[in-house]
Amino acid sequence: MIFRRVMLAVPALWLLLMIGAPLAIVGLIAFAQPADGIPPYALGLSLDSLALVATDPLYRDALLRSLWVAGISTLICVLAGFPMALAISRAPARWQNVLLMAVMLPFWTGFLMRINAWIGILADDGWLVRLLGGHRLLFTDTAMYIGIVYTYLPFMVLPLYARLARLDPALMQAAADLGAPPRVVFARVILPLSMPGVAAGIGLVFIPAIGEYVIPALLGGPQAQLIGQVLWQEFFSNRDWPTAASVAVWLLMVLVAVPACVIGLGRLLFGRRLVAGQG
Amino acid sequence: MADRRTPLLTISGVTVRYGDHLALDRLDLTVHRDELFVLLGGSGSGKTTLLRAIGGFVRPQAGRILLDGADLSVLPPHRRPVNTMFQSYALFPHMTVAANIGFGLRQQGVGHAETRRRVEQMLALVRLEGFGTRRPAELSGGQQQRVALARSLAPQPRLLLLDEPFSALDENLRMETRAELVRLRRSLGISFVLVTHDQQEALTMADRIGVMRDGRMAQIGTPAVLYEQPADRFVAGFLGAANILTGIVAADGVTVLLPSLGAQVTAARPAAPGPALLALRSERLRIGGAGAPNGLDGIVTDIAYAGESLSVRVRMADGSELRVVRGLADGLASGAVAIGTPVRVGWEPDACILLPP
Repeated sequence: MIFRRVMLAVPALWLLLMIGAPLAIVGLIAFAQPADGIPPYALGLSLDSLALVATDPLYRDALLRSLWVAGISTLICVLAGFPMALAISRAPARWQNVLLMAVMLPFWTGFLMRINAWIGILADDGWLVRLLGGHRLLFTDTAMYIGIVYTYLPFMVLPLYARLARLDPALMQAAADLGAPPRVVFARVILPLSMPGVAAGIGLVFIPAIGEYVIPALLGGPQAQLIGQVLWQEFFSNRDWPTAASVAVWLLMVLVAVPACVIGLGRLLFGRRLVAGQG
Repeated sequence: MADRRTPLLTISGVTVRYGDHLALDRLDLTVHRDELFVLLGGSGSGKTTLLRAIGGFVRPQAGRILLDGADLSVLPPHRRPVNTMFQSYALFPHMTVAANIGFGLRQQGVGHAETRRRVEQMLALVRLEGFGTRRPAELSGGQQQRVALARSLAPQPRLLLLDEPFSALDENLRMETRAELVRLRRSLGISFVLVTHDQQEALTMADRIGVMRDGRMAQIGTPAVLYEQPADRFVAGFLGAANILTGIVAADGVTVLLPSLGAQVTAARPAAPGPALLALRSERLRIGGAGAPNGLDGIVTDIAYAGESLSVRVRMADGSELRVVRGLADGLASGAVAIGTPVRVGWEPDACILLPP
């Protein structure tokens, strides 16, 4: 009994230290006033920073643009990842692990290294630009999308694969047996039954993509900023911790609200059991 | 009622190879119209492979599969006018019972209203009225089995393939469902090919049985023929337990010498003279059969009480044993012979089954 409690206390303590405490600190700073000094804020119960972030178009536009960029990137990941996951799940058993390994292989190299490699590939004097007839790529939205999709695609493929690999092949055979040609088998059986995997993949891609600031900074253009970059600047360049914390708080609230809507919509469209992951 | 003798499905020379393993070996089979044909065999005998080849899920390397004279083997599964009831049922978990049953009809282009009407009919047929809006997960195993049956029957296939349809049901439900399926099939007039490893299931349900072994047909026949006149030792052993003795058939074809026992017995059906195996069904043997034409002496070594019958083991002079099953119609078990008692086991000539050695 005591052993059990101790064992349960370990993850609880971990969550408290690594998630609960930082959240509480960020929340506390969001209500504070900026000040000259170290740390650069005075604790209090001011709503100034939170209200500023909510009303100033700079933050609102950055947040909307982040949602848009993350949404488009997620959509591309779904469209590219689904065929990949389906192909891997249908491959002969001995090939499946090799192919999954290939999907995960990029993680073996440092993230910045890989983004720098993309800078080389997309550079104005690179072979890709020459191939495309001098059309600029680096420091454009296209480059940013390439970077984000490239980075997050494995997070879409893996949960989708896990779902598709578990689908009983007899279900597909039964559909074909009842007269369904392959495209109907896909639309009526495979697609609806893989929705929990799609939902998991969307969660794993969309949420981190919203806060992404390294890829847009390194590959994207200087024109419009994403919310992650704004947060970074408030914190490190302007040293305005309360505003930075307020951006973080608003972002977190959006990040909780969006998945809640996605799940709600999924339940509405595909039935409760399915989104709950039972299939 | 259509003529039983009209062939519906003709399989000739079908060969399926998985790597080095020959799952089906130049197999020939004819299934007649309005027939319940059972494919019986142990695991690895090729019975499921044959069913999947008919359904289109396995592509034979050689041979032809004709349905009403049209070659099926060139068609993908969704173009074949046969349906399969899968062992796992394979009900679509994201669809209601009604949507599951109506799936095949929708693929045939049947309209919404007509589909709904025929789904209701199918639900009534399998006695699941009012279950149309449920999900498969909300049904019991027996109900799921009936939905799977209704789903595969709804598009009115010319031939229904059933892969171990009762294996997931418990014993009592299985008995009940077997009888129901036979009744249902008679009323619909659709031919069934049913795969099972259960000899009891095969004997009670089939119009004809094909016993499979190593990718080939060991014997095809009615349950009575297979049980009473098995072609070889394998079929005799697969359908019901049999006592097997080694003997020599004399020149007259009916006298069988049992050299190791120093005895001779008489069979009713003549066989080719020479070495042979004598198979004796346990339930055709009697203990204390003094008046019986055939008899062997032995000593009772074991008595097992099985409720509706009594199973007695008798050891012969050469050490081999005969199992005698005695129904309890003639008296209760308390009147049974004791272990160690010398007895005579007797049987009629028509109980002798002579098999090639």
